Amino acid sequence: MKVSKEQALKFYETMCLIREFETSVKHDFLNGEIPGFVHLYIGEEAVATGICAALDDTDYIESTHRGHGHCIAKGADIDRMMAEIFGKKTGLCKGKGGSMHIADFSVGMLGANGVVGGGYNLAAGAALANKMILKNDRVSVVFFGDGASNRGTFHEAANVSSAWKLPTIFVNEMNQWASTTPYETTTAVKDISDRAKGYHMPAVIADGKNVFEVYAAAVEAVERARAGEGPTFIECKTFRVEGHFVGDPELYRTREYVKENAALNDPLTWFDRTMTRKNGYIDGVIEPQELEAVRAAAKEKIVKAKEFAMSSEYPDPDQYTADLYL
Amino acid sequence: MRKLSFSMATCEAMAEEMALDDKIFVMGEDLARQGGIFGQFKGLPEKFPGRVIDTPISETFIIGGGVGAALAGARPVVDMHFADFIGVCMDEIFNQMAKVRYMFGGQAKVPLVLRAPDGMTIQGAAQHSQAVEAWFCHIPGIQVVAPSNPEDAKAVLKAAIRSDNPVIYFENKILYKETAMVPEIADEVPYTIGKAKVRREGKDVTIVSYSIGMKNALGAAERLAKEGIEAEVIDLISLSPWDKEAVLTSVKKTHRLCIAHEAVKQGGFGAEIAATVAEEAIEYLDAPILRYGAPFCPIPFAPTLEKMVRVFPEDLVKGIKGMFE
Repeated sequence: MKVSKEQALKFYETMCLIREFETSVKHDFLNGEIPGFVHLYIGEEAVATGICAALDDTDYIESTHRGHGHCIAKGADIDRMMAEIFGKKTGLCKGKGGSMHIADFSVGMLGANGVVGGGYNLAAGAALANKMILKNDRVSVVFFGDGASNRGTFHEAANVSSAWKLPTIFVNEMNQWASTTPYETTTAVKDISDRAKGYHMPAVIADGKNVFEVYAAAVEAVERARAGEGPTFIECKTFRVEGHFVGDPELYRTREYVKENAALNDPLTWFDRTMTRKNGYIDGVIEPQELEAVRAAAKEKIVKAKEFAMSSEYPDPDQYTADLYL
Repeated sequence: MRKLSFSMATCEAMAEEMALDDKIFVMGEDLARQGGIFGQFKGLPEKFPGRVIDTPISETFIIGGGVGAALAGARPVVDMHFADFIGVCMDEIFNQMAKVRYMFGGQAKVPLVLRAPDGMTIQGAAQHSQAVEAWFCHIPGIQVVAPSNPEDAKAVLKAAIRSDNPVIYFENKILYKETAMVPEIADEVPYTIGKAKVRREGKDVTIVSYSIGMKNALGAAERLAKEGIEAEVIDLISLSPWDKEAVLTSVKKTHRLCIAHEAVKQGGFGAEIAATVAEEAIEYLDAPILRYGAPFCPIPFAPTLEKMVRVFPEDLVKGIKGMFE
């Protein structure tokens, strides 16, 4: 699939924002400035970017504990995202959610989920409501890892989505690690998308470092969903570059293994390399200095986001029960 | 006013509310063709085609899908078949339904009603007869109600459907066939979640109960009256939030408290009431608090065994008389 150069640069901008955001969060977490736990999306940027680029603001995504990338790609306010991760009252969730429970309903980001596999049914339910009750053409995407693919909730949501041809899109981020456990030690299928057959659901495997391939798969899935033809399973082969969480000593894999796979699967270096030469994705090329300008602008935005977060205040203690009930 | 069963009163509440708001829909197992296993959805599939949805046997979807539908702007009422199956979808209840509004800083609302038929049926045994309401009173973010008669069944269900908070509506399986006069109220909602009702006024002892437990409470009060003891009977109706003030006010008047429910006594909701009264009004009490519930035992099958885990009005009568000795 060919896209305009502007679209390609937009992809790059989103991916750079995610990378810079995560790099900054990692730094600040290790410095003790960010509390809680954070799970980074480094190396998987092309997945959220390609998928969310095919969605409208009014479409929904259900995210995961590794959700910063989804949030940025769906268009969440980056300053308020950073403030949330710092636990500040200007955060998207007023400091009540933090990294694992971040959401921006104004752009259809229905939330990260601290429970692995917790998002499938929420996405399928939103799809059901939109199609059968509210009668609009919104679609729902649920992101999930290979680890989450072994939850029973997947089965229930996949079955109803297919039985009722709901506009649910299952996006598997096949990053090869379920926390400390390599997927092949717990999972019989090599390709998680093999399971889609059991639900009569169309499935596609995309190279998770190639934002164009992910985007093309998403466009097709969105068209199918809006046309009332039901769900699609998109498996994106990717790699979790960082540990499960920041601070993970990663005793379960070697530095060499990580370095090698990170290099093989990195969506940004792949993009740089591919776009600066003649390629099948855009007409012409993108000059290295254009890419550099995008990277620099992204970095600048993240520096500002951190300043916003740092200069914001913590929530007033008396707000602890606010927003519990209506 | 017409005579209606508890079950038909809930149908009427649903029909009235569904007619007012087309965002309300129902999903669960065996609703569209059967009208619910206890007839509590009868007539709705015909009145509201496309809005009563039979699901597969997928409880995590029934609840999780309900939460997702609510986030998208619909107002789902979902059915749990038997409250005993609720454990299958506990994550969807306590981590999703209860938390999404709070943890996302109020961006979301979850106007969802979970209807949960509970309590002992005739020998339903260990996995079809439980009263599990106390589990949910420990979870901030949801509301828990358990009406005891047809009139309240209708009013409370209408209030639950109109609430923008997630509500678990426990409906006792034995009460379904109970009939009583029920007003036609279409647009109004004559109940506010969290309010208890004084069913019988008295000066000597306060009996607190809810749901089917009210039969024991009122039955005991009648017998006690014959013996010169005037019991005040409070029907909590709502357990989370619960009407602490109503109970404290009554106890301060009667100086004696008896609590009874069908659920297991250990960790039951009665413990919360007893502890609250002990904390806030112990100086008013003339006798130790009496508390009745099932013994710490699963519900057995054989009638001789099942009888052993039930609470009877005689139990309350005996205990309350003892308070005056």
